[in-house]
Amino acid sequence: MSGVRVLVGTRKGAFVLNADGKRDRWDVSGPHFGGWEIYHMKAAPADPNRVYVSQGTGWHGQIIQRSNDGGRTFEPVDNKFVYEGAAGTHQWYDGTPHPWEFKRVWHLEPSLSDPDTVYAGVEDAAMFRTTDGGKSWHELPGLRNHGTGSKWQPGAGGLCLHTILIDPNDPQRIFIAISAAGAFRTDDGGATWKPITRGLRSPYLPDPAAEVGHCVHRIAMHRSRPNTLFMQKHWDVMRSDDGGESWREVSGNLPTDFGFPIDVHAHEPETIYVVPIKSDSEHYPPEGKLRVYRSRTGGDEWEPLTKGLPQQDCYVNVLRDAMSVDALDKCGIYFGTTGGQVYASADGGDSWKAIAEHLPAVLSVEAQTL
Amino acid sequence: MVRVELPAHLRTLARVDGEVALDVHGEVTQRAVLDALEASYPVLRGTIRDHVTHRRRPFMRFFACAEDLSHEAPDAALPADVAAGREPFLVVGALAGG
Repeated sequence: MSGVRVLVGTRKGAFVLNADGKRDRWDVSGPHFGGWEIYHMKAAPADPNRVYVSQGTGWHGQIIQRSNDGGRTFEPVDNKFVYEGAAGTHQWYDGTPHPWEFKRVWHLEPSLSDPDTVYAGVEDAAMFRTTDGGKSWHELPGLRNHGTGSKWQPGAGGLCLHTILIDPNDPQRIFIAISAAGAFRTDDGGATWKPITRGLRSPYLPDPAAEVGHCVHRIAMHRSRPNTLFMQKHWDVMRSDDGGESWREVSGNLPTDFGFPIDVHAHEPETIYVVPIKSDSEHYPPEGKLRVYRSRTGGDEWEPLTKGLPQQDCYVNVLRDAMSVDALDKCGIYFGTTGGQVYASADGGDSWKAIAEHLPAVLSVEAQTL
Repeated sequence: MVRVELPAHLRTLARVDGEVALDVHGEVTQRAVLDALEASYPVLRGTIRDHVTHRRRPFMRFFACAEDLSHEAPDAALPADVAAGREPFLVVGALAGG
């Protein structure tokens, strides 16, 4: 383990941050693709120099870029995302049927074993896959054509598929989350899907325990325990110990259980992190104090982590894909804010420092251990 | 040759400086120019008009000879000065979209 690379997607470009294993000095390169929204960048676990980028603007739509040299240079690959067969309709905000329309790629999840295979979570919600390194993308239509698709409704950020988790023990088993449709699992590589929402309760739904409609913000998993999932929902922090078949709330003593990201310590599968946000309309930390909360008990009991983070007059948000961990010892934790800071902890969250500041609003953060 | 001027982001994407010169066969229409542009620079597919429907993206505009041609039919002839290469066909990002 020689170092860490942090891939930062922002509202106006991409930045690549590099440090050696000490993680005390950071080299910042960028902006790459200046002026473009970078919703997500992620490297392939099977080839750390292979990086995929979701790039877009309101003018020109979606571009996908690929790097073969760890983010030094990029080349555009295919950007054609066309739904398979009849697009059909989902519900619009007013409850009327609305045609499925591709808008953007929210999340790119490379296969754990093949750098040419990547899953893309898109808005309007669907899953696409490339098996040729991005030269062509094809929908896995079983998800969108799941019997409940016509009932899905966009959240405030759109009807987006934003979370993709591949079971390290069984690549045919994939968990995904959609705002605001909920969470789903496939056990057959994406051919068929089932909602995994039993135990979720959302008072903003006519039936708070409905099968679909929950606004899941993020799901995280430790690779040693793929049956244990942690979820940050619109409100509520939840956990499942049976692959999503059932969930229980673990919000415990959090000051608020609203938030976006959730992540798991690289070496301690019961140590998890969230960033509490005041409410669904007040997207900033309570009391103007930016605090990461850590639970060492897989939820229920939480402690605030504040050392090095602003503890007054701070009103930034931390978006769902903007937290990540490295695999060094001690585990590094990273998150980016809508105020353009990237904070890092090289000691599992005990202390923090800004490793980049004054960037455009941060949309995504991915740490790579090199 | 038909001259096409691209907005800055698309020049970067296509890795071109200044105007693009295109050989357009047959009648010089918006569709013919964009077909030729995308054939020469495949990376621009989907960035000016939709991949499948070929409808202009909402925040893109087409100007030439001090006229807004954005709402003209794709198969309508472009001005003679564009067809003759005396004036460029301008692909413009609208004052919105980003």
